Amino acid sequence: MSAGETSPSPAARFAAEAGLERLGRRPALVEYGRELWQRRHFLLELSRSRFRGQNEENRLGLGWVLVRPLLNAVVYGVVFGLLLASSTRPDNFVPFLVIGIFVFQYFAGCLNDGSKAITSNLGLVRTMHFPRAVLPVSVVLQQVYALAPMMGMAAVVALVFGEPLTWRWLLVVPALVLMTMFCQGVAFVAARATLHVRDVAQLLPFVTRLLFYISGLFYSIERVGLPPAAEAVAKVNPVQVYITLVRTGLLTEVEAGWHLWALGIGWAVVALVGGAVFFWRAEEAYGRE
Amino acid sequence: MSEPQTSPAAPAEARPTVVVDDVHVDYTVYAAGKRATSERKLLRRAPSLRQARTVHALKGVSFTAHEGESIGVIGHNGSGKSTLLRAIAGLTTPTRGTVYADGRPALLGVNAALINELSGERNVILGGLALGMSPEEIRGRYQEIVEFAGIGEAVDLPMKTYSAGMGARLRFAIAASATHRVLLVDEALAVGDAAFRRRSEERIRELRAEAGTVFLVSHSMGTIKETCTRGIWIDHGELRADGPVLDVVAAYEASVR
Repeated sequence: MSAGETSPSPAARFAAEAGLERLGRRPALVEYGRELWQRRHFLLELSRSRFRGQNEENRLGLGWVLVRPLLNAVVYGVVFGLLLASSTRPDNFVPFLVIGIFVFQYFAGCLNDGSKAITSNLGLVRTMHFPRAVLPVSVVLQQVYALAPMMGMAAVVALVFGEPLTWRWLLVVPALVLMTMFCQGVAFVAARATLHVRDVAQLLPFVTRLLFYISGLFYSIERVGLPPAAEAVAKVNPVQVYITLVRTGLLTEVEAGWHLWALGIGWAVVALVGGAVFFWRAEEAYGRE
Repeated sequence: MSEPQTSPAAPAEARPTVVVDDVHVDYTVYAAGKRATSERKLLRRAPSLRQARTVHALKGVSFTAHEGESIGVIGHNGSGKSTLLRAIAGLTTPTRGTVYADGRPALLGVNAALINELSGERNVILGGLALGMSPEEIRGRYQEIVEFAGIGEAVDLPMKTYSAGMGARLRFAIAASATHRVLLVDEALAVGDAAFRRRSEERIRELRAEAGTVFLVSHSMGTIKETCTRGIWIDHGELRADGPVLDVVAAYEASVR
């Protein structure tokens, strides 16, 4: 039985008289959000430190933040541009591919690191008190730090391959904000799910790979020639939605109607709200695993 | 559930700071399958589907701590001492039962996870923020923390280059920099050289004067007898004895012998 909920136990009354608080009770969602905001300095420092820590091991240090996406673009460009050439490619293929790969890496990073947010920080969870949501939020923030130079690189590639610099480029900002909301929701769900069932971490590489191939990174879904129903389903895939929205900003060839923006907003809100609530509901359990 | 008992070691009028009421903590582990029934089975057993096993780390512990008490928590390895401390700190939510406390008790451990790739300096800042200090407070205490840890120039080097003792000293120095009403100390005195131990014992005494109540987990009966007024003996997750520190330590030592 838990004391102090229906009829206060003697101990609960005794504690209340002495002015003591009950510990380990999950705060209400609004209060939880406030606690998270109070720890924003910790959140920022943790994200910055981890991000730096991951890169400082190497001789090139933070230079890898730029070199890694560049090498990735070259590798995928060679594989999908030269070796696996196909008719499903849009006209200005290189920037199309580069944007697809970078945006997908952002999503995959949030999903995979999000799944480890709690399990790889158990030492911290067991010794320090802070809203556990700091950990999955920090994971996404680290991915944002990694995404920024990648998007810079993508813009350079788009210019080099003849895309005009226009006001439309600003659309990249709302597209990435919506995508970040979605990714945060995914990270929340992955963080809690992995804690309950560690095996989830074993399945994630397969989920990531499946999304990699079905999300139109290196082909244009319209050109595959799917039956209309299948094409409609493929276009609802959130990863596909956000990649297309970012491409809309940078590439003249890609157009997104209002329905695609509506889908982007819908996925973002559903994932973020659902993920945050799902994560928060297990707040008491994170220290016990 | 159970009526909280007033400790015989505490003055009757002292204000309670922590009430632990019938606390149970269960862990679920996926580590091992069924226990092998014979040695041959143990050798033959193929890795099968792992089963979830429940470990009862604490099985209904109740007591009340008061202002001005310092309580030594003793027991053999794996008896549930550290789990009890984490439950009092509010870090592990009991499966059953409740902990009530004055403010949020601070757990002062040597295990506080820091980032090994980063320098000592970044870790001091990160650790302080994790403890809930503001950036200004950390800037104010930075020099004090580094001096207390006694790691000198090494503060600029990544923590992974530190010796075990240096790392533990820095963690302790960070954790000890904040003041709290209820302080939980886990084996912290065991780390470091003689000079550091003296400094940390002194710091704990200061913290106790400011804090009100201190819990100390240690395997050194000497340290427990020197620093504590009351003893709590945890045995296989149950409260075996609770009373004046000398009596409890004597009973524990008699059982070990």
